[in-house]
Amino acid sequence: MIKFALGRLLQAIPVLLVVITATFFLVHSAPGGPFSADKAVPPEVIKALEAQYNLDQPVWQQYFNYLGDVVKGDFGPSFKYSGRTVNELIAAGLPTTAELAFYAMLIAVGIGVLAGVTASLRPNTMQDYVPMTAAMIGICMPSFLLGPLLVLVFGIYLDWLPISGWGDIPGDKILPSITLGTGYAAYIARLSRGGMLEVLSQDYIRTARAKGLSEPLIIIKHALRGGLIPVVAFLGPAFAGLLGGSFVVETIFQIPGLGRFYVQAAFNRDYTLILGMTVFFSTLIIVFNLLSDMLAIWLNPKLRQEIRGTK
Amino acid sequence: MAEPVKDMTKEFEEHGSSLWKDAWIKLRKNHMALFGLSVLVILIFSSLLTPWIAPYSYEAQNLDLGATAPSMAHWLGTDIFGRDMLTRIMYGGRVSLMVGFIATAVALVIGILWGATAGFFGGRIDALMMRIVDILYALPFMIFIVLLMVVFGRNILLLFLAIGAVEWLTMARIVRGQVMALRNLEFVEAANSLGLSQWTIIRRHIIPNTLGPVIVYTTLTIPSVMLLEAFLSFLGLGIQPPESSWGLLINYGVETMEEYPWLLMFPGIALSLTLFALNFLGDGLRDALDPRTSKD
Repeated sequence: MIKFALGRLLQAIPVLLVVITATFFLVHSAPGGPFSADKAVPPEVIKALEAQYNLDQPVWQQYFNYLGDVVKGDFGPSFKYSGRTVNELIAAGLPTTAELAFYAMLIAVGIGVLAGVTASLRPNTMQDYVPMTAAMIGICMPSFLLGPLLVLVFGIYLDWLPISGWGDIPGDKILPSITLGTGYAAYIARLSRGGMLEVLSQDYIRTARAKGLSEPLIIIKHALRGGLIPVVAFLGPAFAGLLGGSFVVETIFQIPGLGRFYVQAAFNRDYTLILGMTVFFSTLIIVFNLLSDMLAIWLNPKLRQEIRGTK
Repeated sequence: MAEPVKDMTKEFEEHGSSLWKDAWIKLRKNHMALFGLSVLVILIFSSLLTPWIAPYSYEAQNLDLGATAPSMAHWLGTDIFGRDMLTRIMYGGRVSLMVGFIATAVALVIGILWGATAGFFGGRIDALMMRIVDILYALPFMIFIVLLMVVFGRNILLLFLAIGAVEWLTMARIVRGQVMALRNLEFVEAANSLGLSQWTIIRRHIIPNTLGPVIVYTTLTIPSVMLLEAFLSFLGLGIQPPESSWGLLINYGVETMEEYPWLLMFPGIALSLTLFALNFLGDGLRDALDPRTSKD
């Protein structure tokens, strides 16, 4: 297992190198420099700025400098927020986004697994159709539509919940978390239903029933472990999706997190911030993919044996 | 000796056609899938005919009128510039559907070529090609598309390419798996031993048998592509005015939803209904065409 994890981490290095290289040259091939502002800036000022950010050096040298800095964990200064580094901005936004993603994931897994397992226990009955149709609606209701609708109904018409901010007023974390989590809850419901249906038809479940175990015990102790493997394997990609979703949710609810920074950096053409955040996001996503794969392997004895067999 | 050989190919042919007939019979029983199919057909026709059947012209403004709720003259109301919402949604749907179809087509072509090549040659070529797919899978593509749109400006052609370039990976995996599995099946071996040429085998046996999963996955890719486009347009990074798409209309709708909620509702319903229809159609096709991965 440790060997497997180390192997995967080693594989991540070239992937990250590709990400850094591609992003770096994409950003540097962009038409118009970062300082081509609306106002006319005197050429001397631009020259001084370029020297300050080492933009007067050849691109190759800038690339290797950047690479060296990134290895040390230094993403350099932000172009637009003068005096602040990309590291500071990431550190400022990360706790908020992490909290939002955590609540959303909690909602997604909690509701999703409950709905999926419920549906799988009586396939092709109302107990199956109702949660699965709800899940389909959840999948077809993108966050940028669900969020405003929730704001309209619960924030404005009913006036129950605050509609913007994060941690300023009690209850302002509810709507963003639901908005971000719902789509994934729907997807997880479908995955866990499929996984449970497959497991419930296996011989060892029949054995457990023949032993006379009670149905709840069979589900909780024997079926869930195998039936939820697809869900666990999905957690890594879901995490990547949550980061993307945070772009929209943080914009709608005006939450000062990483997603909003990224979108603003995109509009401001704050190249160092985009570059740094892309590398940061990629690293996070790779790590989470690895964790979710390892968890899936740990839950699945067949896969565990395969790994032992090859190593 | 020539007789039995002829008979055998005939048998294959009959079997082949019955698979599609079977699928159609199964699909016809699936009401949700049929509903999806009809929504899709209506949508395609209304998009093709928009300039002739839209109640108002795309540019027509009526600033004196302003935003009005749905009425007989404007079935879905008007926006703050007095533009007819039904017309706006029809034109926006054209763009959304076009992005859906073209970007999916890009993904389809790359994915099939890549997957089929890897699967057909196998061995080292396959290992290398699929390793590249694995690496690309690990990349945060949502972030990359945002990056591309920022760097190269918000260009609709680039949007097609960027989305297509993201979505081909799964298609490549599906096609490769299918081709790999087919290569070793008895009927392909039989065709080989009958002395059919490689090209004939590909044309007569490999392609038709790969078609099922490809059709299913294509149907499911279109809604995810449309969703991606709407996502980018909502953030202001996708389709740019004066062009319009459902994502962009939703974005405008959000700005004024407190006063004029219908400006958010109707484009939202249009997008959700379309995604709903396409997903149900895709699920139905999967149950009908691919017995191995059917739901239960």
